[in-house]
Amino acid sequence: MKRSRSASSSSSARKPLAPIVLLALVLAAAGASAQDARVAEARREGKLVWHTSLALDSAQRLATRFEQTYGVKVEVHRSGSERILQRVMQEFSAGIKNADVVNTSDTGHYVLLKRKALLARYTPAGAERIPAGFRDPEGYAWGWRAFPLVVPYNTRLVAPADVPQTWKDLLDPKWKNRLVISHPGYAGSVVTQIIALEKLYGWDYWAQLARNRPMLVQSIHDPGRTVMSSERAAGVNGADYGLLYTERRTPGATLAAAYPRDGVPLIFSPTAIMSFAPHPSAARLFTDFIFTRETMQILADAEGLYVAHPDVTYPPDRLKLSELKMLVVDPEEIDKRTEEVKKRFVELFGA
Amino acid sequence: MRSTVVRSTFDRSVPVWIATAVTLVLLMILPLGWLGWVSVSSEQGATLANYVQVFGDPHLQKALWNTIVLAFWVGTASLAVGVPMAWLTGRTDLPGKRVIRALIMASFVTPPFLGAFAWVMLAGPNAGLLNKIYRGLTGSDDPLMNIFTMPGLIFVVALYSFPYVYIMIVNTLELIASDLEEAGAILGASRLRVALTITLPLAFPAILSGFILAVLQALALFGSPAILALPAGFHTITTQIWSFFQYPPKVEQAAAFSIPLLLATALLLQLQKRLLGRRGYAGVGGKTGARRPIPLGRWRWVALAGVFAVLACTIVLPYAVLAKAAFAKAWAQPLSWDNLTLANFTFTFFEYSATRDAVINTLELGIMTATVGAVMAALLAYVTNRRLVPGHQALGFLAVAPVVIPGVVLAVGLFIAYTRPPLVLYGTLAILFVAYLTKELPVGYAQADTTFKGVHPELEEAGRILGAGRLRVLREITAPLAKSGIIATWCFVFIGVIRELSASIILFTPATKVISVVIFDLKEEGQFAAISVLGLFMLAMTFGIVLLMQTALGRDFLGAKD
Repeated sequence: MKRSRSASSSSSARKPLAPIVLLALVLAAAGASAQDARVAEARREGKLVWHTSLALDSAQRLATRFEQTYGVKVEVHRSGSERILQRVMQEFSAGIKNADVVNTSDTGHYVLLKRKALLARYTPAGAERIPAGFRDPEGYAWGWRAFPLVVPYNTRLVAPADVPQTWKDLLDPKWKNRLVISHPGYAGSVVTQIIALEKLYGWDYWAQLARNRPMLVQSIHDPGRTVMSSERAAGVNGADYGLLYTERRTPGATLAAAYPRDGVPLIFSPTAIMSFAPHPSAARLFTDFIFTRETMQILADAEGLYVAHPDVTYPPDRLKLSELKMLVVDPEEIDKRTEEVKKRFVELFGA
Repeated sequence: MRSTVVRSTFDRSVPVWIATAVTLVLLMILPLGWLGWVSVSSEQGATLANYVQVFGDPHLQKALWNTIVLAFWVGTASLAVGVPMAWLTGRTDLPGKRVIRALIMASFVTPPFLGAFAWVMLAGPNAGLLNKIYRGLTGSDDPLMNIFTMPGLIFVVALYSFPYVYIMIVNTLELIASDLEEAGAILGASRLRVALTITLPLAFPAILSGFILAVLQALALFGSPAILALPAGFHTITTQIWSFFQYPPKVEQAAAFSIPLLLATALLLQLQKRLLGRRGYAGVGGKTGARRPIPLGRWRWVALAGVFAVLACTIVLPYAVLAKAAFAKAWAQPLSWDNLTLANFTFTFFEYSATRDAVINTLELGIMTATVGAVMAALLAYVTNRRLVPGHQALGFLAVAPVVIPGVVLAVGLFIAYTRPPLVLYGTLAILFVAYLTKELPVGYAQADTTFKGVHPELEEAGRILGAGRLRVLREITAPLAKSGIIATWCFVFIGVIRELSASIILFTPATKVISVVIFDLKEEGQFAAISVLGLFMLAMTFGIVLLMQTALGRDFLGAKD
């Protein structure tokens, strides 16, 4: 940030060029040494504990990149968003302070954690350009990545004419025993989806869907895998990134995704630093790292994610978010309704 | 130093026994006391509200009922498989008995959750390999079997519970004198009639208690229902207790829901003890004469095929499918050259950062628990066998008492007891250590007890008469004699720790994951290949260490004997 400010001041002033250039150089050097000091501090802390709901392979690759860049080890704890909250809170209420950076796909979590004063305020470098949808107004949590929830299906098991066009298509009895659904007690994105469709069609939608007896899996990436193995023909939900994105671009793929016309839930995954983070410098360094254009470009190219950085370009085969009818649920509402959603889900689907 | 010990009337070993007793009380009383208290506590004070809430909820009632159904049928199925197999290998001229026994032992070592996971790949209704083969052969649209159902769950749990019945019966059959059976045969009864009217009634107490053991297994299991019942949309008690820990945690309800499981286990064990304690069976009690195996005639090969069909389901097929998934890019696709890969191994061991820590944690816990557990079990068994302290019977009882605590229930108790001062063990390996030690102590004790029963006290007495103190006798006479038994104890405890999931899943924290928990995490994520790699690695590691222990320490013993 310092560096960019000094750059703009040098371009605005024209006449006494030499001193300004000198000043810029000094500032840049100061910036560089400040950065060195941060890295040294992070190294002194030794490691970083990262809880993330990012798909396991993607999370692991990112952690390795960070380790190679800064020489600070990242302990990756990948799990479902709801499981992450459970583990972090269980640790915290036992007085254990282990978690540094938390990234889940349930925006309601950050409302809750903020209310409990468990988040540290930190503004990642370049945050001023992060679009409104990705921001927490108070600056505790920052939307890092986003993905649509779509309907994965197996092209060998679903004829083109049968591909679901709307969410309501999945209620047809022909889908009985042929669907797979990810669980809101594990995957945060499913909480958002359930609320979004409940607002469109009421709880009746989910009650009817339960009659088709979908197979219950935990992770939001598992419906894609289950469909790919041909265990089920289609998924009620699937994160449209990672496997689902990369697999369907490979030649001869049987895995495909349908974007329902009545709206696609858009899931934001914020990231935040815990107030009790035992490695705060490493946490800040890491947060800056994951918000760099470079990292975000990788997420967009390799994983098919939508990201906060405005300069990132997307692969030509990637739909623009503006082309989709998106369903977005307010974080406050998610926070308020999470328990209700989980309870109703278990009542309807049995587990 | 030693001479003072001999002269002193105060035996230096007494503090050791007291310390052991106190430890036992702490391992059991503290967690169970907290469990009971929390189950009746609320912010307003003591209450039964938690019980009312838990047992009034129709969804939870269903979980309770599912558990009863599961346990009953697992017990029955285990009998249906275990009894004939025990009779065939114990009484008849069935060929290949050694191989059969070895395979049954292998199914003992296999963690049930790994078996359940393998069966997802074998008998998932659509992608399951067996169902695919069946469809290919018959042209049918329906699967041969759907593993994600109650019968499917019963099937898989029974596959890994029947060895309990088997071992129980095989041991009893060896004690049943064959003269009664021969008398029956001489009087003209057919082989089947002899088996049904003479052998069966004699073995009846053992059969019933084998049934109870299998039921207990099914009641306490967490991994298999989590893998097979949850996708089908139903809970059992254990998975339900685990679900109570979702945020916001309902620990009081988890505690209240744990109590019936605890009571049921205690009751069943009491019943089993009574059955085995009855001595009204004159024919059981000692080996008499030589026993001629019953010739099976032309049924030999049919019986052998049946036995191997069962063992194929417990061992051969599951490990084959795990190996396939470990080396395949897509587990559900045929194993062709383009589907072969080593990438799963690279990912699991070099890219997935949780693996290394989990392997280290597991090894550390396995070795620590096995060592402490074997020493404790040996000391306790020694004390109770030699009646060294007043109330030694009580010590023996305490050592086996944890048997009644299912892993999940123990974990809930430990979680409550050790997440609060004065002892905050949660978040460290210590809480897992305590859980494993408590859980494995009964097994270790039983093994050590058998060992010391086989070491005659005369030898020790001779040593003491010659002036050695008790500890010196223990070190120089008893220990060398009991060594191989103690090593066996070590191995039993070690195997038990490595495959433990039901307590670990509640007690681990991100910093203290063990292999079984990582496998469960990967299951939730749907990473079949990595699970297969880790599962196979876990087995190789278990066998490797057990072999190492036996050769490193066992050979010495055998050499000394020569």
